[in-house]
Amino acid sequence: MAEAQPFTIEQWYNFLSEGKLMAVRCRNCGAKYLPPKPVCTNCYSRRLEWISLKPTGRLITYTIIHVAPERFQQFVPYAYGIVEFEDGLRLPGMIRDIDHGEIQIGMELELSFEPAVEDWPKWPRYYFRPVKH
Amino acid sequence: MRGKPLVAVVSAGISKFGRMDAYTGRDLFLEAVDETFNRCPNLDPKMDIDAVFVGMMSEAFEHQGHVAPMLSHSAGLLSAPAIRTEVACASSAAALRLGIFSILSGMYDVVLVGGVEKMTKRTTPEATEFLGMAADFPFEQWTGVTFPGLYALMAMAHMHKYGTSEEQMGLVAVKNHHNGALNPKAHLQREVTLDKVLSSRMIAYPLKLYDCSLISDGASCAIITRPDIARKFTDTPVYIIGSGHGSDALGLFERDDLTSLMATRRAAKEAYEMAGIEPKDVDVAEVHDCFTIAEIMAYEDLGFCKPGEGGRFIEDGTPMLDGELPVNTSGGLKAKGHPVGATGIAQIYEIFLQLTGQADKRQVDGCRIGLAHNVGGSGASCFVHILRGEM
Repeated sequence: MAEAQPFTIEQWYNFLSEGKLMAVRCRNCGAKYLPPKPVCTNCYSRRLEWISLKPTGRLITYTIIHVAPERFQQFVPYAYGIVEFEDGLRLPGMIRDIDHGEIQIGMELELSFEPAVEDWPKWPRYYFRPVKH
Repeated sequence: MRGKPLVAVVSAGISKFGRMDAYTGRDLFLEAVDETFNRCPNLDPKMDIDAVFVGMMSEAFEHQGHVAPMLSHSAGLLSAPAIRTEVACASSAAALRLGIFSILSGMYDVVLVGGVEKMTKRTTPEATEFLGMAADFPFEQWTGVTFPGLYALMAMAHMHKYGTSEEQMGLVAVKNHHNGALNPKAHLQREVTLDKVLSSRMIAYPLKLYDCSLISDGASCAIITRPDIARKFTDTPVYIIGSGHGSDALGLFERDDLTSLMATRRAAKEAYEMAGIEPKDVDVAEVHDCFTIAEIMAYEDLGFCKPGEGGRFIEDGTPMLDGELPVNTSGGLKAKGHPVGATGIAQIYEIFLQLTGQADKRQVDGCRIGLAHNVGGSGASCFVHILRGEM
């Protein structure tokens, strides 16, 4: 029933609250979108569908952030990177539950999240962590 | 249109850059306007200026929106209609480009372009947050990225792919501080050693304090005119012969290549083609060194060297003040300072001084072609302008 959901960032975060990593695929041309969008901007079709992605990917670059805005002060220093999932779809985010010295470009990480706590936006906060084998 | 002047720059000015506690944004803007008018006694500000285009990034710093008419009025130009432009740290290069369009359209003959940002009254976490608003909200800001963090992600990708080193990045800071020490308008007028850069505190690994540009107060201004009337205002006009603009995805994670800015490559291609020149023809350049890695990427994206060779380019000394292609003679964003909305036209100011032989201790002998490169945010916007002097 995923197709009944709007193809928006709000809905993407709703799925995330349910523990699902989703992306949007155009049923007309096959283009895939993460972040999602309500119209395919490759062919401008509205024939879209939600697809689920395997929530593990490869770290393509990272940093350790020491100076942060107020809202993230409690975490400093924190690792932050860009993770590439299947089909080249990517997300940026914090890397947690790992010794910073063990982080390497190319390593496998999985998506996790914490429930929404703020009034606006009511989005959970996702992050990456090492894959538990 | 190749090499044909688009507009003339007949005067320019900037305020002192730095921590300017006694000055609000409008006061700084008037300081820049005043230098501009003083350099151009033949200009009648009340009669000659047809319109004002002014860049500013954020209302948040001074809690002040609707700044264009306020700045125009503050500068005594009540009759000149004013518009503000915003593309993050490239806001005033955008003002310049719109000013060029307005003259090329035939609508205006003489336009005042400028930029301003008043940043230092805020704490570093506040300034970090306001600047961070130029990053993608739902995925980058929401998950804790910062601007140093975004450029650090590019630096790590560049190091991983090309072997670029922290020492090479540090040399950019050493060079720009050397130049800034020769610029009385610069925020920091002191040299730094490579050791000091490398041992400075970590901001976003591998970027340390001295890899980062400064949070500064400042304003900039220039007068541009139809080329055929420039000599009414000055005997030494400088001509803008190329203007390029590129856009890209706002989110860094949505771009294919993390080691290069496509917006810069697009803007450079447009500007070089319009000007009818090649990168090797550039005599002096001001590039967007918001972080040292950004200057290294700029060498590559502007065609000064091949992709991946930016680190060696600085090691070889080519962009030094006495090198073959001096880059950021003003001290750049690194030492001159980076009041974000003012930066684009402050670069034009430095090139104007260079091409008219007025750059004093930092003068590059015999320069004729200058380039200014201004980037917005993590690279979703870029403007490149090419200027030609008559010397």
